Amino acid sequence: MEKRTVYLDNNATTPLHPAVKEKIKEYLDYFGNPSSVYTIGREANFLLNQARQYAADFLNALPNEIIFTSCGSESNNTVLKSCARNVKKNGKKHFITSKIEHPAILHTLELMKRDDDVDVTYLDVDSYGLVNPEDLEKAIRPETVLVTVMFANNEIGTIEPVEKLCEIAHKHGVLFHTDAVQAAGKVRINLAEMPFDFLSISGHKVYAPKGVGILFARNNVKDIIYPLIAGGHQENAIRAGTENMLGIIALGEALRVLKDEMPSEAAETLRLRKRLEAGLLSIPHTKLNGHPELRVPGCVNVSFDSIEGESILLRLDLMGISVSTGSACSSGSLDPSPVIMAIGNNPERAHGSIRFSLGRENTEADIDYTIAAVKDVVETLRKISPIKLD
Amino acid sequence: MDGIGWNYSDKVKEHFLHPHNVLDVNEEEYNADGVGYVGSPACGDMMKIFIKVKDNRIADIKWQTFGCASAIGSTSMLSDIVMRDGGMSLDEAYKITPEVIINELGGLPSNKIHCSVLGDKALREAINDYYRKSGHPEKIPHNKESRIVCHCLNVTEEDIKMEVLEGVKDFDELQKRTKVGTGCGGCIDEVKKLLAQFVEKYYKDRVYTGSNCGINN
Repeated sequence: MEKRTVYLDNNATTPLHPAVKEKIKEYLDYFGNPSSVYTIGREANFLLNQARQYAADFLNALPNEIIFTSCGSESNNTVLKSCARNVKKNGKKHFITSKIEHPAILHTLELMKRDDDVDVTYLDVDSYGLVNPEDLEKAIRPETVLVTVMFANNEIGTIEPVEKLCEIAHKHGVLFHTDAVQAAGKVRINLAEMPFDFLSISGHKVYAPKGVGILFARNNVKDIIYPLIAGGHQENAIRAGTENMLGIIALGEALRVLKDEMPSEAAETLRLRKRLEAGLLSIPHTKLNGHPELRVPGCVNVSFDSIEGESILLRLDLMGISVSTGSACSSGSLDPSPVIMAIGNNPERAHGSIRFSLGRENTEADIDYTIAAVKDVVETLRKISPIKLD
Repeated sequence: MDGIGWNYSDKVKEHFLHPHNVLDVNEEEYNADGVGYVGSPACGDMMKIFIKVKDNRIADIKWQTFGCASAIGSTSMLSDIVMRDGGMSLDEAYKITPEVIINELGGLPSNKIHCSVLGDKALREAINDYYRKSGHPEKIPHNKESRIVCHCLNVTEEDIKMEVLEGVKDFDELQKRTKVGTGCGGCIDEVKKLLAQFVEKYYKDRVYTGSNCGINN
C-alpha cells in the first residue's frame, strides 16, 4: 500500500475551497475599514454587504438578520448569554437543551448556572442520538426562555428534528436556537421555511478560514441580543469591533459557491461515506454510532471493540490518515466522549470510537486506502489487546 | 512542516509501533508461571502480564495491553527492562517503579503518566501470582509501611506520590480524590509540601506537553 495523505476530519475543520482561496488573494490589498466614509472605506463596506447578501441568500434569510461573529462558539454564546441577561427583566430563567450539544453550548450553560442563577433541562437522546420532541413538550415550563438543540451532531452526525422542536417551542412562546455549525453546507437550511429564531454557523467548517462565523437572528426577536463585545456600531451594534474583512469576504464566497455546489457534492460525499461505512462495518466487532439515515452525508463514527481510540488514531496518522476519537485521553479525566456514552454505549465502546468525516476533497482512492489501513491497524492492535473477542 | 514532532518521544513511538514481547500465542499454550493484570477497559487502559520464572529470576515475560500509545509503549519498555541481562531477579523486578519506565522512555506527556504506572503494578501482581501458585504465598512482599501523613483519613506519603503519578497536580484535585486533610486539617501544610515535591520530581523536564485528543469540534 503506497502511503497517501487522507484528511477525514472535516467535522473538525475544512480546507479552504479553491474559489475562497482565490477570493482572499484577490482582496488581500483591500485594507479599507467599512466604517470609513471615503472611497476605500466605501469599497470595504460594499464587500461587507455583498458577503452579507451571499450569506442571506444561502440561508434564505434577510441580510439584516445576518450578524458576522468570530466563530460558531461566539454565535452560541451570544444567544445564550443574551437570554440570561433578560432573566432580571422577565423572570424567565429556564433553558432547555440536549445532552449531546457542543461544549460551546454545554459549557456556556454551566457557567450561566453558576453565575446567572439559571435552570437547565438536558433532554435525553435515543440510541441514534435523536431528541424526542415529546420530551421537549414535557420539559417546557412557564419560565422557559430558550430551547437550543443542535441541527446536526458533531461527533455522530445525527440530524435532530429541529423543525419539529422549534414548532413545539413556538407553540409555548419559547425562543428556539439551533447550532447549525455541523449542518451548514451539508444539508439544506431554508430559514424562510424553518422558523428558527437564532442559528449559528462557523466559517471554517464550510471551507472558509478560521476566525469568522455567523449568527442569524430573526428580525422580530433581534432586540433581545445583548452584545458580548460592546463598542462601535458595527453589525448593527450587536457585535462591535472592526470587521474581520478577509474572513467575512471568504465566508461570503464560500456560501455563494456552496449554494450551487451543495446538492451534487452532498450526493458524492454520501456515496463515498456509504462505501467507507460498508468497509469499516465489514470488520468484525464494530458498531456504528449515529443514525443510519438521519445523518449528515460525510460523517461515520464507529466503535471498534477491544481496542482503544488513541492507538488507532495515532497509527492511522502515521499512515497519513487524519481522524478523531471519542476516547478519554484528555488530561486528568478518565471520561470518554459524553456523546458516545449518551447514545447508550458503555465506556469501553466510547474509548474505542473513531470519527471519520469526509469533505469535498475526498476521493474513492482515499476511501479504499483508509478501509485497508483501518483493517490493518485494528488487526494489529487486537493482537496486542488482552480483551479477546469470539 | 516536517519538523513537527510526534505526541510522544521517539522511544515511545518505536515501542508503540513495534512492541516487544507481546504474547502472540494463546494463554494456555504459553502456560505462564504467573499472571497479573490491572486496569479495566472502562477506564481506557488494561494490562495483562505473563511471566515464566526460573531460579527466582524472570526467565521470560509476555504482555497484552488495551490502551493508548503510551500504555502500549510503556508496557513494551517494561518488558525490555525486565529481560535485560538475561532476566531480572524477582526481587529486582518487584522494585521497578513508574519513574524507571518513564525515564527509559525519555519522558511521557504529563496527562499520560498514569498509563505507565499500570505496567509495574501488573508485573508485581504476576510475581505475587507466581508466589501463590508455587506454594510460597509468604514470599509476597508486604508493602513497606509508608508513612501516614493524614491520620484522620489514613493517607500515606505513597498514596500522594501515586496520585501525582496519575496526573494530580493541585491540592484541590488531590483532596477530591483522597479526602486528604478533610478531617482535622492539621496535615494540610505538609501535604501541600509533599505534593509540590512530587510534582517537581515527576513533572520537571521529563514531560512532554501532549495534546488532548478528545473530540472538541
